[in-house]
Amino acid sequence: MKKFEYLKPHTLDEALILLDQYGGRARLIAGGTDVIVMIKQKEISPDVLISLQEIPDLDRINYNGSLSMGPMVTHRAIEKSEIIRKNFSALTDAVDVLGSVQIRNVATIGGNISTAAPSADTAAPLLALGARVKLKSMKTERTIPIEQFFTGPGETVLQKDDILTEIIIPKPLPNTGSAYWKHQRRGALDLPILGVAVLLSLDKATVTCSDLLCTASPISTVLHSLEGDEVFCKEVRIALGVAAPTPMRAIDAEKLLRSKKISDELLEEVAETAAKEAQPRDSIRGEAWYRRDMIKVLVKRMAMKSIERVLKPEETVFPVRLW
Amino acid sequence: MKQTINFILNGEPVSVEVEPHLTLLQVLRDKLELTGTKEGCGMGECGACTVLLNGKTVNSCIFPALEADGKSVMTIEGLTDGQGHLHPIQKAFIEYGAIQCGFCTPGMVLSAKALLDENTKPTEEEIRHGIAGNLCRCTGYLQIIEAIKAVSGQ
Ligand SMILES: Cc1cc2nc3c(=O)[nH]c(=O)nc-3n(C[C@H](O)[C@H](O)[C@H](O)COP(=O)(O)OP(=O)(O)OC[C@H]3O[C@@H](n4cnc5c(N)ncnc54)[C@H](O)[C@@H]3O)c2cc1C
Ligand code: FES
Ligand code: FES
Repeated sequence: MKKFEYLKPHTLDEALILLDQYGGRARLIAGGTDVIVMIKQKEISPDVLISLQEIPDLDRINYNGSLSMGPMVTHRAIEKSEIIRKNFSALTDAVDVLGSVQIRNVATIGGNISTAAPSADTAAPLLALGARVKLKSMKTERTIPIEQFFTGPGETVLQKDDILTEIIIPKPLPNTGSAYWKHQRRGALDLPILGVAVLLSLDKATVTCSDLLCTASPISTVLHSLEGDEVFCKEVRIALGVAAPTPMRAIDAEKLLRSKKISDELLEEVAETAAKEAQPRDSIRGEAWYRRDMIKVLVKRMAMKSIERVLKPEETVFPVRLW
Repeated sequence: MKQTINFILNGEPVSVEVEPHLTLLQVLRDKLELTGTKEGCGMGECGACTVLLNGKTVNSCIFPALEADGKSVMTIEGLTDGQGHLHPIQKAFIEYGAIQCGFCTPGMVLSAKALLDENTKPTEEEIRHGIAGNLCRCTGYLQIIEAIKAVSGQ
């Protein structure tokens, strides 16, 4: 492997100064699961790595209705957080299937979005959850919606002297559920052909059905048996990964659903609209037409999963099986 | 510029001079001559290089050696009791035919240890989830899963 110096600053300010000093010759390193692999594959050749590991508090998770995460929070820490599983389920869905235990033990959420691979598994969930990110350099500090963070495949608004210092997820409305599905060929250690995240806020958390068995049925059945008991969508965000040059929101699809009465037919229409909005391409992992077809299927299912998580929160949250 | 790192290796403190670009795997195998830890892909994919860092599994082939400073590292050599007695996980692997060529075994055994340390009675699904980062080209995994179940008394 190419030689480099390895610096371990003890404060954020020290790291910012080093970054400013070395400019383009340096790279930040968090867990290193992207950086070291990129150096080994000769995609990058930094002279200096600046490690964020010794800086205190960058791995904190704070919850007080809204969620604040430092960039050094590992995927494993997210996977283990009951608060995130319960309130921001789409993120748990993503890290449960990200890499392997070994990767999740060291790889961080900050590194995942900063690499900005089109396949980054936490990107679509963060979009669906309405996350904002804080970026800091020696001169400036700014907080932007995650939509504005990604600018192209492997590209973000991060400048050479910027450090991503915080990821903030706002407090969800009452009766909110969210879900992410990574569509992949094998059950583990694969990158997604497609990633679909949905967040839905309903106007209520309980429904009365036409028959007793209904509450034990799958949500699609529940939706069909609501007699007079209507469920409205108060808020919705639909996010797609590997469906365009950057992780994207399906804005037109969201508009169709927002403030409307939820029905099976409407969800179908919403999913079709999302598929039309996407701009997938042919790649080794899958062809564009296939991705579009799967968006149709998976947007609807993730919407259903989100509804299920509101109406049946006591049931399993991990979508290892779709139903 | 070489730097000195100090860490606990298999229960004993060690101090090594390393070049900053070395991985933990290179230091373990080439400097400390502990060749039980294997290199397969060298890219974080196969798990042959798995070691425990503060009790958690990491792929040592993509882990900067300098980040081991001040930590505790366990390799497969540290799993026996020092008098040549195998660990119960190792015994179960032998008993259940969970080893063929043996190349994945050190990593697989350490992943199993980390899993069982956290979860004494994992379900089959949890076992599969726990060893997903360790590829085995020989056994087909079933014997490995059976061995891990057996150690956990199932
Ligand atoms: C075997 C394997 C399997 C993988 N599987 C998946 C998968 O299933 N899904 C997936 O999405 N990814 C996967 N990855 C990719 C990788 O593990 C993730 O992207 C991971 O989250 C990167 O985090 P890290 O802490 O290791 O980042 P690093 O490699 O340390 O850094 C990544 C990039 O982000 C920059 N950076 C890091 N922190 C900051 C910060 N705070 N501010 C500014 N810039 C920063 C670094 O300079 C670098 O450019 C896999 C990787 C491997 C090796
Ligand atoms: S050698 Fe480290 S994961 Fe394959
Ligand atoms: S026993 Fe040969 S690779 Fe697992």
